[in-house]
Amino acid sequence: MTMSSFVGIILLLIAVEIPGSFQHDRGHSKFRGPQVSQTAGTPWPMPLSYHTQATFTYVDAGEFKFTDVDESSSCSILEEAYNRYFPLIFGRRPETLFFKSSFKAPTDAMTELMVKLEKPCKDTDYPMLESDESYTLDVNGNQAMLSASEIWGVLRGLETFSQIVYQSNDGGFVVNNTQIVDKPRFNHRGMLLDTSRHFISVPILMTNLDAMAQNKFNVFHWHIVDDPSFPYQSEKFPKITNMGAYDPETHVYTQTDIKNIIEYARMRGIRVVPEFDSPGHTSSWGYGQPDLLTKCYTGSQPNGQFGPVNPVPNSTYVFLKSFFTEIAQLFPDHYMHLGGDEVSFACWQSNPEITSFMKKMGYTSYSQIEEYYMQNLLNIVGGLGKGYQIWQEVIDNGAKVRADTVVEVWKAGWEAEMEKVTKLGYKTLLSTCWYLNYISYGSDWMAYYGCEPFNFNGTDAQKQLIQGGETCMWGEYVDGTNVISRLWPRASAVGERLWSAKEINSAFLAQSRLTEHRCRMVRRGFQAEPITGPGFCREEFGGV
Amino acid sequence: MRRIVLSWILCIVLSIQVVNGWLTANNARSPLLSILVVSTCCVSRLHGYLTYLALRMPLKGTRPPPGSPWPMPKEWNPTSDLVTFDPDNFRFSSNLMNCDIVIQAIERYTPILFGYKGVKKAAGLSPLTELKMTISSNKCDQYPRMAMDESYELSVGDTAELTANQVWGMLRGLETFSQLIFYQDGQIFMNKTRIIDGPRFSYRGLHTDTARHYIPLPILKKNLDAMSYNKFNVFHWHIVDDQSFPFVSKTFPELSKKGAYTNKHVYKPEDVADIIEYARVRGIRVIPEFDTPGHTHSWGKAFPELLTPCYANGVPGTPIWGKYAAYENFDVTKEFVYEFLGKFFAEVKEVFHDEYIHMGMDEAYYRCWQSNPDITAFMQERRIEGNYSKLEQYYAERTLGIISDLGRKYVIWQDPVENGAKVRDDTVVMVWKGGNTAHEDHWNSYMEKIAPRGYNTILASCWYLNYIKYPPDWEALYTCDPQDFNGSQAEKDRVLGGETCMWSEYVDGTNILPRYWPRASSVAERLWSPKIVKNTTDAMYRIDQQRCRMVRRGIPAEPILDGYCGDYDWGFGDVDTPEVDKPPTCTGGFRLEGRITLLVLPLLIVFVL
Repeated sequence: MTMSSFVGIILLLIAVEIPGSFQHDRGHSKFRGPQVSQTAGTPWPMPLSYHTQATFTYVDAGEFKFTDVDESSSCSILEEAYNRYFPLIFGRRPETLFFKSSFKAPTDAMTELMVKLEKPCKDTDYPMLESDESYTLDVNGNQAMLSASEIWGVLRGLETFSQIVYQSNDGGFVVNNTQIVDKPRFNHRGMLLDTSRHFISVPILMTNLDAMAQNKFNVFHWHIVDDPSFPYQSEKFPKITNMGAYDPETHVYTQTDIKNIIEYARMRGIRVVPEFDSPGHTSSWGYGQPDLLTKCYTGSQPNGQFGPVNPVPNSTYVFLKSFFTEIAQLFPDHYMHLGGDEVSFACWQSNPEITSFMKKMGYTSYSQIEEYYMQNLLNIVGGLGKGYQIWQEVIDNGAKVRADTVVEVWKAGWEAEMEKVTKLGYKTLLSTCWYLNYISYGSDWMAYYGCEPFNFNGTDAQKQLIQGGETCMWGEYVDGTNVISRLWPRASAVGERLWSAKEINSAFLAQSRLTEHRCRMVRRGFQAEPITGPGFCREEFGGV
Repeated sequence: MRRIVLSWILCIVLSIQVVNGWLTANNARSPLLSILVVSTCCVSRLHGYLTYLALRMPLKGTRPPPGSPWPMPKEWNPTSDLVTFDPDNFRFSSNLMNCDIVIQAIERYTPILFGYKGVKKAAGLSPLTELKMTISSNKCDQYPRMAMDESYELSVGDTAELTANQVWGMLRGLETFSQLIFYQDGQIFMNKTRIIDGPRFSYRGLHTDTARHYIPLPILKKNLDAMSYNKFNVFHWHIVDDQSFPFVSKTFPELSKKGAYTNKHVYKPEDVADIIEYARVRGIRVIPEFDTPGHTHSWGKAFPELLTPCYANGVPGTPIWGKYAAYENFDVTKEFVYEFLGKFFAEVKEVFHDEYIHMGMDEAYYRCWQSNPDITAFMQERRIEGNYSKLEQYYAERTLGIISDLGRKYVIWQDPVENGAKVRDDTVVMVWKGGNTAHEDHWNSYMEKIAPRGYNTILASCWYLNYIKYPPDWEALYTCDPQDFNGSQAEKDRVLGGETCMWSEYVDGTNILPRYWPRASSVAERLWSPKIVKNTTDAMYRIDQQRCRMVRRGIPAEPILDGYCGDYDWGFGDVDTPEVDKPPTCTGGFRLEGRITLLVLPLLIVFVL
């Protein structure tokens, strides 16, 4: 989905804070020193129900352990989570902790978190759209208990626990008496990364999955290929990769890379939904798969240019079936994203084969042939037993889709579109408000925070169809050098919108908590940039 | 005979790359054209035109050969002849081999040239074994200065020679030399080249605000590295401001004890010395800014008596929110202030070595002064009642006098001069307002007001990198020319250069490097290269090459075009960790794309036969 059509919209969308005249921005008097004070030990995103008291208990970092109430219900997902969360709580690299802990915890300090998992987990479990992520967390004196029905709830609860433990000024780790009952508002809390316009290396994708887990995102929407490059290393069609990747040796995701990413995400309760966008946005497929794309004509001669996938020949669908069979086997999630956005009709219009086919079929508009293509593709993928996620245009063009289809709304005027799509009875996602590749000066997170997916005209039943939303990072101007700092903690604002209750919507009230959260991410090693004005973190990225 | 065969083979390989790049750029697949391009190239000898940025959309502009320097030298005459290097058999020599600046430069540039894993000399080319560096002054200068000579000449032929008048020119020339090198399939190449170069402006500054957010030392050093890769020569260190006072003063230790964010968010004397030394050996001056009389809230935490008590309802030290806090600007009527500054700047003089100190003086809003009856009385006494620019002038005169008595020179922001204050004739005035060109108060209107008054000027308005919008914004940075205002030649000649600024409301160690680079590179070329070098479509690919070069050298310079950096991109080694001193993990060099080799090769053979 290239953005040209989107620029105008976004200018309206994001409350752009353009200074009237440039100033050294000394700010007004009340902003001397840090602009926003930080909370200590508050969770982000805000739980559904969160009660905390001033009474606190020390946590003994030397003795602390996670204890299964019932060991037989545990699995590798849980064991690995324990290994992960210990350093997250007590310092990723202890030597960089702001307070060097020569602190000796008192004898009545907390030494364990009891973890009660009702439904035993299996090493092979995958998170799903319908997974139960609810949990309760109770900290009372030196007793702490986390309970959840499913492993995914335990993961979310462990994250929350790791956030409410904080280091006090005496160097000791403490946790306040706290009662939390929590579950997400939306089941689908996604992040799209585009790895085609710029390649993003596997370690950085993994770092980002860590950051997602710490913000309770649960879907990695992997916009893996697009016009500029085809980094997906196909087993069946290696030529597409060899000729479509920026560099077929270094700028590719091998099958092993992808399996590793899926596994890394699974361990964190994150689904991986791959997007192979078609029929538009497919230039990079064409170099290694001749005749897949439509030849564009000037007059009666092909002009050497190529357009969208050619929807006419049977060979197209033979290819698609074979290709998507491979994808369906590699990616375990029930859903795959089939794209379907921004199909340019100009090339189709120039091509005589398309013209005669339309005549034969009695089509009068090019959106009909687009629908013809999508319908065939949907049938192929549906035949593989997969569900699909699609961009809104597919529905706008009137294609018939499976009942479990998830429609992603990304264009301006999303309120009307959400009303329309939910009226048709489809599960719906919102992403219009959350295009993080668009940047502007200052605290732009507040606009993301304030976007409410229910703000459209519809019945309760329609609103029930909203599965959540996705924040998108298109890759025109980001790669490994800046993707993490551009995403975080701006995406955290979206994270809270999608997890927390609708009423948690005051950016003013959120900013102190967000400032702590960004510093927590910095302490954990992420390049989470400052977004609430002048200030500091106890541990800074790059030293201190 | 063997040489001819080899050169043909190399020619074919390189030509494929030409066609490949050309084809990918134009999305065309005409074999006839391929032959045409290949034959033209081969007939005209070996040529190093290789592209490594796979842009699939046709874009205008001339693609530069790899090994194109940034900023563009005054005269650059590359030939199509190639040379290579043998990393195991190459040395730098100089008539100043005992000069620390020369020695350290050689230590820095050796890994930059040959440090990538597995690069080796190209087959079939005889390697250059030496770069002979002659510094004709024969003097090992200690500190870079405003008047330093950065010009140099570089020739790479059967031998390689770099000559400069001073070590500073040698540093700039060495940077250029390091940029001419490129890698292909792990082999090292350089085009034979002759360069005559020198900067257009003597002041090419980069400003960092370390008060609104603290910037850790390793990040500041990385940034100095990047500055040297772009031939910047001044680090303007806006070290303190309202929000925090990280500078540790030995004379007044309470300043940072109470004014810093924490006792760890500080620059100790040894830290400052470390930065100055790091900059010095890279030919970069460090000009500290201690901004007064405004922007001094953090000073007041330890020394409230420096500040003016603001009045409300006749009560001193009372804020009126939206107008002023309880205390604002220095109380310029108090002798204590000047005694304090005398001692303070005596220390600053000892800590910082540059002949210039930046004295700030921006945004000293008058409202608090206006509310204070003692200041009103003082002004009445001096018969300047109601004329606050005269009060500002009084302060400027006293403080610049202190600096002058210490034997130092000064830079200030434009504000006092703009307000009508007369400051000392030798003041350097930094123009910072009017950067928003959509606004009426375009910067050139300020320049036109200030330049005729005889001051030397530096332009900063166009280059506030803290302001961001959806890219690409590098072109606007690139095309702003500090001499593009209505004025006499003498006024234009008094423009010493320019400066790019990063106010740190929204940056810290997490994001400051990709926010600077390669956007600041735009400014670097504007300030170094001849005025006529200003074609953005031509600069586009060269600046992208520079950004990839920086990425290889461990600077997370963000992308400005779709594409990739050859076989290396950020994050290919370990994910970047806070230990930024760690050198980047690089492998190999730029690699030939074999994408259409199969298509072209048979045609080539047919053609050759």
